[in-house]
Amino acid sequence: MNFLAVIGRVTFRFLQASGRLGIFTASALSHMFTPPFYFRSLGRQMMVIGYYSLPVVGLTALFTGAALALNIFEGGSRFNASSALPSIVVIGIVRELGPVLCGLIVAGRVSASMAAELGTMRVTEQIDAMATLSTDPFKYLIAPRIIATTLMMPFMLVIVADVIGVMGGYLIATGKLGFNSANYMKLTMDFLEMPDIYASLTKAAVFGFFISLMGCYHGYHSRGGAQGVGISTTNAVVSACMLILLSNYIVTEIFFAS
Amino acid sequence: MTAALEKNVPKISLKGLHKEFGPKVVLDSVDLDVMPGESMVIIGGSGSGKSVTLKCILGLLHPERGSIKVDGEETTGLNRSDRKRIQRKFGMLFQGAALFDSLPVWENVTFGLLAEQKITRRDAVEVAIENLRSVGLSPDVAHLSPAELSGGMQKRVGLARAIANKPEIIFFDEPTTGLDPIMADVINELITERVKEMGATALTITHDMSSVRKIADKVAMIYKGNIIWSGPRNDIDQSGNAYVEQFIHGRAEGPIQMEVLKA
Repeated sequence: MNFLAVIGRVTFRFLQASGRLGIFTASALSHMFTPPFYFRSLGRQMMVIGYYSLPVVGLTALFTGAALALNIFEGGSRFNASSALPSIVVIGIVRELGPVLCGLIVAGRVSASMAAELGTMRVTEQIDAMATLSTDPFKYLIAPRIIATTLMMPFMLVIVADVIGVMGGYLIATGKLGFNSANYMKLTMDFLEMPDIYASLTKAAVFGFFISLMGCYHGYHSRGGAQGVGISTTNAVVSACMLILLSNYIVTEIFFAS
Repeated sequence: MTAALEKNVPKISLKGLHKEFGPKVVLDSVDLDVMPGESMVIIGGSGSGKSVTLKCILGLLHPERGSIKVDGEETTGLNRSDRKRIQRKFGMLFQGAALFDSLPVWENVTFGLLAEQKITRRDAVEVAIENLRSVGLSPDVAHLSPAELSGGMQKRVGLARAIANKPEIIFFDEPTTGLDPIMADVINELITERVKEMGATALTITHDMSSVRKIADKVAMIYKGNIIWSGPRNDIDQSGNAYVEQFIHGRAEGPIQMEVLKA
């Protein structure tokens, strides 16, 4: 009997959380497309999310591309396929590693920061104060963050991650593994196709949406004090990472399963 | 005639206000009228429902039952635009000041005016300085960040923000909590002066009796989610209500029993 009660309680809580997230998402989307728009706030978020994430995203992509090149060269040489290195690096980085690693890095940096900032604002009544000053917190706080992350992920961070990731492979291949520079570039360009780029950018936009949605949702619903904010921050990062990995599979299936 | 009629319509009227969080009933059935230009103070112990009452009036919480009228207009269940229209009548000083720590003081003070596009950002600093002066702060405070201010200064900036929009109704949530007695008196003085000067209606919640004696025209006591006594400030010492007596004298013995486990 107790066991059934536990199952019932867990199911009820899951449905309650799903409903609350659904309402939050619908509300966030409606506020993203209806005035007033806070362009100053949007610009600030674009700067914080896009520009300030560039160093960490760039470094991650560089070392990932370099390590990928070494692995493919070593693995490929076992069956005389090391010449496929440029094509595998570019496909691997652009289709998969660029957007996914960039998404996970940005989830750790941005989702956590959003949840902590909004959570602190919630527990110190700053969000309530905003509502009393004729300002809808969804419009001023949530909408700019979601728009900024959804735009910055594909049009700044993942483009940079893709380019630097491929460059990491190129530097190792030409500097250490004896590949000819012009030949490497030609093979890279020959194998890269537009659907690869579309998939990369689509993944980036979807990941950006989930990263900001989770950061805002968990921060906005923070309770208690420092501990509540800490729990929200952890939940934001974990749920954003899970959604990135899940949606990565779905987008890959949509683009490339045939 | 209309003015006379308006005078008789309560600025805020609560009838049978009921709010619960899960199994916990916080407001049972609150009835309260605040007349125009009046300064009403709600007193009561921690967890008695003071803050929840305020948040229900502000529209931050939604009551399960009951009526909240502002200038005779029902405000429960309003749509977004009507809620915003009512919200414009309100100003609020929060317990911890609730200043936006990502913005400088001047932007905090003029946040509501900028949001409503009543002033440009160019004029905002001047307007903020004017409001800061009215609460006894110097112009150089305008460019500081809230984190650089003392508790008393934060409260004064919060007050400047609450009155910047020239609201008809101002709410004060524990305005003197966490302040030394002198600063608490300064804040009480400022509240009294600014509210009278603006001709605003004030609703304060506090458990600081010196605030009550300084700010209030009328006092209401809330206990277990009900208003158990209300009357003019001068009547509070002869209320004849055992709960009020115990509360204003701060006695441990009496009908209000605190849940304290003794070793």
